[in-house]
Amino acid sequence: MHVPDGFFTASVSIGAAVVAAAGVGVALRNAKQELDDRTAPMAGLVAAFVFAVQMLNFPVAAGTSGHLLGGALAAILVGPYTAVLCIAVVLLVQGFFFADGGLTALGINITLMGIVTAAVAWGVFRLIVRAAPNRGAVVIGSFVAALVSVPVSALVFAVLFAIGGTAPIDAGAVAAAMGGVHVLIGIGEGLITAVTVSSVLAVRPDLVYGARGLARPLVLRTAEGEQVVAPQQQPAEPKPLRPFLVGAGVVSLLLAGIVSFFASSSPDGLEKVAEDKGFLGQAADHLFGGFALADYGDVGGIPVGVAGVLGVLITLAVGLGIGYLVRRKQKVAS
Amino acid sequence: MGAGHHHQLYRAGDTLVHRLPPQCKLVAVAAFAIVVVATPRERFWAFCGYLLLLATVAAIARVPPGHVLRRMVVELPFVLFAFAIPVIGLGERITVWGVSLSVDGLWASWNILAKATLGVIASILLAATTEPRGMLLGAQRLRMPQLLVQIATFMLRYLDVVLDSMRRMRVARESRGFQARDIRQAPILAKSAGALFIRSYERGERVHLAMLSRGYTGSMPILHDISADVRQWLAAGALPLAAAAVLFLT
Amino acid sequence: MTLEVRDLAYAYPDGTQALFGVDLRIARGERVALLGPNGAGKTTLVMHLNGILTAGHGTVRVAGLEVGKETLREIRRRVGLVFQDPDDQLFMPTVREDVAFGPANMGVRGEELDRRVRDALDRVGMLDAIDRPPHHLSFGQRRRVAVATVLAMDPEILVLDEPSSNLDPASRRELAQILRSLDVTVLMVTHDLPYALELCERSLILSGGVIAADGPTRELLADESLLTTHRLELPYGFAVPSPGT
Repeated sequence: MHVPDGFFTASVSIGAAVVAAAGVGVALRNAKQELDDRTAPMAGLVAAFVFAVQMLNFPVAAGTSGHLLGGALAAILVGPYTAVLCIAVVLLVQGFFFADGGLTALGINITLMGIVTAAVAWGVFRLIVRAAPNRGAVVIGSFVAALVSVPVSALVFAVLFAIGGTAPIDAGAVAAAMGGVHVLIGIGEGLITAVTVSSVLAVRPDLVYGARGLARPLVLRTAEGEQVVAPQQQPAEPKPLRPFLVGAGVVSLLLAGIVSFFASSSPDGLEKVAEDKGFLGQAADHLFGGFALADYGDVGGIPVGVAGVLGVLITLAVGLGIGYLVRRKQKVAS
Repeated sequence: MGAGHHHQLYRAGDTLVHRLPPQCKLVAVAAFAIVVVATPRERFWAFCGYLLLLATVAAIARVPPGHVLRRMVVELPFVLFAFAIPVIGLGERITVWGVSLSVDGLWASWNILAKATLGVIASILLAATTEPRGMLLGAQRLRMPQLLVQIATFMLRYLDVVLDSMRRMRVARESRGFQARDIRQAPILAKSAGALFIRSYERGERVHLAMLSRGYTGSMPILHDISADVRQWLAAGALPLAAAAVLFLT
Repeated sequence: MTLEVRDLAYAYPDGTQALFGVDLRIARGERVALLGPNGAGKTTLVMHLNGILTAGHGTVRVAGLEVGKETLREIRRRVGLVFQDPDDQLFMPTVREDVAFGPANMGVRGEELDRRVRDALDRVGMLDAIDRPPHHLSFGQRRRVAVATVLAMDPEILVLDEPSSNLDPASRRELAQILRSLDVTVLMVTHDLPYALELCERSLILSGGVIAADGPTRELLADESLLTTHRLELPYGFAVPSPGT
């Protein structure tokens, strides 16, 4: 679901743009370590692939259809940071070339479909693969990671909507509807992701970032006889999970914090600057007329800032809980 | 290579709009979208003014209305959603032709439709007058990080490859009687996706090898300069500036 | 010695081994055919010649310079690789930009760049197509442009992967004429035996990941049992008489 222009208030759009820019910045810094000189072509291919597969609509139920978000697939194939870049590029191209998704909503779209899905999916995926480092776990992990990432992204959308959607619809209803539909979409996403990953794994295991470190040692046979040689380029073991999770958590909290800050009903930064400076005089009120809709000052009596942070924490807890359950199940099974 | 999907976006021409350096157009369209989004929804006439501005640009660029209208299909899912808002919206309600609608919901619906439509038209005009490659060069000039430009370059390069194999696979599937009806068909689509990835990856890998063997080191050599002068910036800036003027005058 | 390969062994990341110790030497000005059945490791060997794949064991030298991380740039200038599928090789919007891509990466600009592009296209007889998009050309023309993209880099050795595949007889003959007219060392990888006989005095047979035979093309192709052992076959109705008979 590509958010168009005018769907969220200016304040939420700006807040999300800041988060998206920060997220892409972090991803740029770290992506270079994830891949070698194949970084850009591989990422470009994954981006093209995500773009193409987003056009493969699959029917969900009763006339609605969903499409792949691709964040989970990208994270597992090229690593979480490069994945954020891939999805960001897909969305930029869709926005500027195909008019799909508003230009002022780019921040929101990148945050929802790039940062949130890639972070959640990678977190869940690593938890599962770390518990059972084999190819089966990679495939199961792909399925679960993709399945979880979609409804979580939908819930973050619902949180943003509660903070600064321009449509007067009950936030709870949005959350329920979005969550429900996206659990179904998530199943499709999980299937496509798992099958794609497993088929790539079968033919070209070297292309699956999430399966690095599972490669077998090589045997070289020269004319003189057999010789066992360690592979020359031992793929780097994926980085430890903890810093990534901490980073993802911080970004999520930042997201909740910044966005809610911008949207809280008390005069916020931007509005205050506008007032202080007599900026554009009376028009300021209208120019940022979207702020009037920030009257969702509280959701059921909880201040929005707190609500936002709470939403993220709940989401994280759900994700981690599922990861934990799967891990236990795997342990019991093995 | 087949008929490339993204080639249909661009309409070759030699008008004032086509000749503007891409970086100017990118900034102009983004600024225009910001002005539109910042417009309060009650300012009905301002939105009419914006539409008129875009129509003027389209006329100068000789982009026929049919092209714009056909491309506006991307907006459809949100149009449907926008129509639903007044029905399920909260707050004060009025009855129109026997249907109870939310007043606030009607406003919200109008707000989303108007702004999204204007944004979509602006992007369509941008894509119709700027070659994809030009757009990337423009982004490069605007200091978009090198890595992102590269990913986008490769993405556009591979998109043809991917879409082409996808089309061939769909034909193969459907010629054997396959139809995507409900979720039970998902595994088949998923397997297609896996095969599609490997096929296009191996193609992409060969292209990359060909580039490497001709000394590619990570950035495309820029063979012609596309710097913009003040006059061109002003010409491109006319759209968002006029839009801002409309906003304050109405 | 333009090209020198010693003890080259390589296995793919999935564990499949393709080369088991390849030894070969090619002198300046020679035109050599590398023959072998499908899956013999021909393409894998070619990928080592300009450092796209890194040797698992052994060395590759081009004009005395060993292929390695530090020498990649220079090696890729010296070894001009023409891929089997010209669509893989041509990725720029026009023929001119495509031919300019290589030298531009080497830092050539301006007049010198333009001169090189025209010169390279002239040598393959494609100067007229300079401003056309590659995908509007015929397959044979695209392969010639692909050769030009490599010639523009002024290579020590031209390596062609299956140059005659998918060409109609006329394009095949035109390409042969072009290759004969070029004054560079050529290594031609193929299983098109008559083409090898037509263009190359010397041939190598790569089979099972090692060089199984090395000698004058005419002699190798006359040795029927040698060809059969390595799954090579002359086309129906085609025979090479043994030299001296």
